[in-house]
Amino acid sequence: MLEIRNLSFAVEEDGKQKEILHDLNLAIDNGKFVVITGPNGSGKSTLARLIMGIEKPTSGSILFDGKDITDLDITERAKQGISFAFQQPVRFKGIRVKDLLRLAAGKNLSISAACEYLSEVGLCARDYIDREINSSLSGGELKRIEIATLLARHTRLSVFDEPEAGIDLWSFQNLIRIFEKMRREIRDSSIVIISHQERILNIADEILLLSGGSIRKHGTPEEIMPGLVGQNSVCEKLQ
Amino acid sequence: MVKLDAIQKRLIEEIADLHSVPEGAYNFRANSQLVGRNTTANIDIVSKPDGSGIDIHIKPGTKNESVHIPVVLSQSGIKETVYNDFYVGEDSDVVIVAGCGIDNCGVRDSEHDGIHRFYVGRNAKVKYVEKHYGSGDGKGQRILNPVTEVYMEEGSSMEMEMEQIKGVDSTDRQTIAELKADARLVVKERLMTHGNQNAVSGYQVNLNGANATADVVSRSVARDDSSQTFNARITGNAPCSGHTECDSIIMDNGRILAIPSLEANNVDAMLVHEAAIGKIAGDQLVKLMTLGLTEQQAEEQIINGFLR
Repeated sequence: MLEIRNLSFAVEEDGKQKEILHDLNLAIDNGKFVVITGPNGSGKSTLARLIMGIEKPTSGSILFDGKDITDLDITERAKQGISFAFQQPVRFKGIRVKDLLRLAAGKNLSISAACEYLSEVGLCARDYIDREINSSLSGGELKRIEIATLLARHTRLSVFDEPEAGIDLWSFQNLIRIFEKMRREIRDSSIVIISHQERILNIADEILLLSGGSIRKHGTPEEIMPGLVGQNSVCEKLQ
Repeated sequence: MVKLDAIQKRLIEEIADLHSVPEGAYNFRANSQLVGRNTTANIDIVSKPDGSGIDIHIKPGTKNESVHIPVVLSQSGIKETVYNDFYVGEDSDVVIVAGCGIDNCGVRDSEHDGIHRFYVGRNAKVKYVEKHYGSGDGKGQRILNPVTEVYMEEGSSMEMEMEQIKGVDSTDRQTIAELKADARLVVKERLMTHGNQNAVSGYQVNLNGANATADVVSRSVARDDSSQTFNARITGNAPCSGHTECDSIIMDNGRILAIPSLEANNVDAMLVHEAAIGKIAGDQLVKLMTLGLTEQQAEEQIINGFLR
């Protein structure tokens, strides 16, 4: 479904090129639940943003269902069937939850259909459907609404950038349940999650360990987890 | 009987969401002429003897009735000043819909200056909706300079929605309110300027009685080479609470000056002001693009939501 070939990404820092991702090669098959993990600064979020087209690679290519999408912009990739959940969901003054869900669905979603997506992520729909997506919503609420917009899109590939970041423990328990349900119901689609959470890693089909801009390990949780648990993600320079 | 041509009908639809003659009391004015009026048992509309405007009398206790007083200008070069006085009786609960639409296809300026005075009786409740709209591709300017004065008796409440989204070249809007004890004023202003338009909006709200409250919130968008000035002052002369907020999106070469100000003359006056000006956040555009919208569609959605 998704194929990444020789993908590199560099930024300019103090007049020098700093490579964030180095010559990445990766294939994600249909029907897979893949978790990308790794220490801070390893390039996980950058990889997610490159898949969605928010960042452009320095070199290499990205193929989606066999088609080269490297030069497609965000909108075109979204239309091809890729969706993206932000690590820090964006707030909008005046745009209501139901408006965002309608935009996500790409049609005039009925209120009852919109409510179903909210119920899926554990929000009492009646309380939220007319709320504005502004600073009156907590981090956990925003995160769940963000996930609901992805559910409303029904895309072939869903990319989640650290869904657990910035939410409280109570919301986290619910979040795990949502992903466990997604995992069970995965059909003709795939899910890629950037995460540090053991419980999310445990339900993965495949885990990708990214470090220093390269893939260090790629395998099943049984293969990868023993080496990860207890490992401190301290700065590599200190090791 | 209201007789309107196609342009006038379109303007009425824009400013009052009216597709036919409304129920209840109304006064239609087109090109400085009265073209239709209806009064009810509780709401009377009379022309001022000197022809300078109308007086609207709402009987005490009138509930769930509405008054529409739309004005349209479709001839180029009309300049008029109209005085409309509303006497809202005690304990009444009414909706008042005003608004002005100007279509100017000519070279001469068209200008409507509406001076509205509201005398809101004790415990009366008023919802006031005012929309301004301009269209036409003539070189003549479309100018609207409304003045709104609100005098509120004890326990009365007034909600004002003022909207000017399109087509008015120049506007200088001034609103003054005087509130007695337990009176409540809520103002929601929505403004968008484009092209070379210029808009000034000023508020002076005086909270004179105990427990009077005011909330004046403006949201605006300045695009192209347009400019805006928002100047809101709330004065607390009694134990009262007041809040004013000005929130703006700036685009292209737009210019915005926001001057919220507070004056407290009583130790128990609680007054707050907020102002923010900024461009559309890149993250907001990206989020909507990840839902399949183009950058332009995303921008429209953000602005539509903001000005809701």
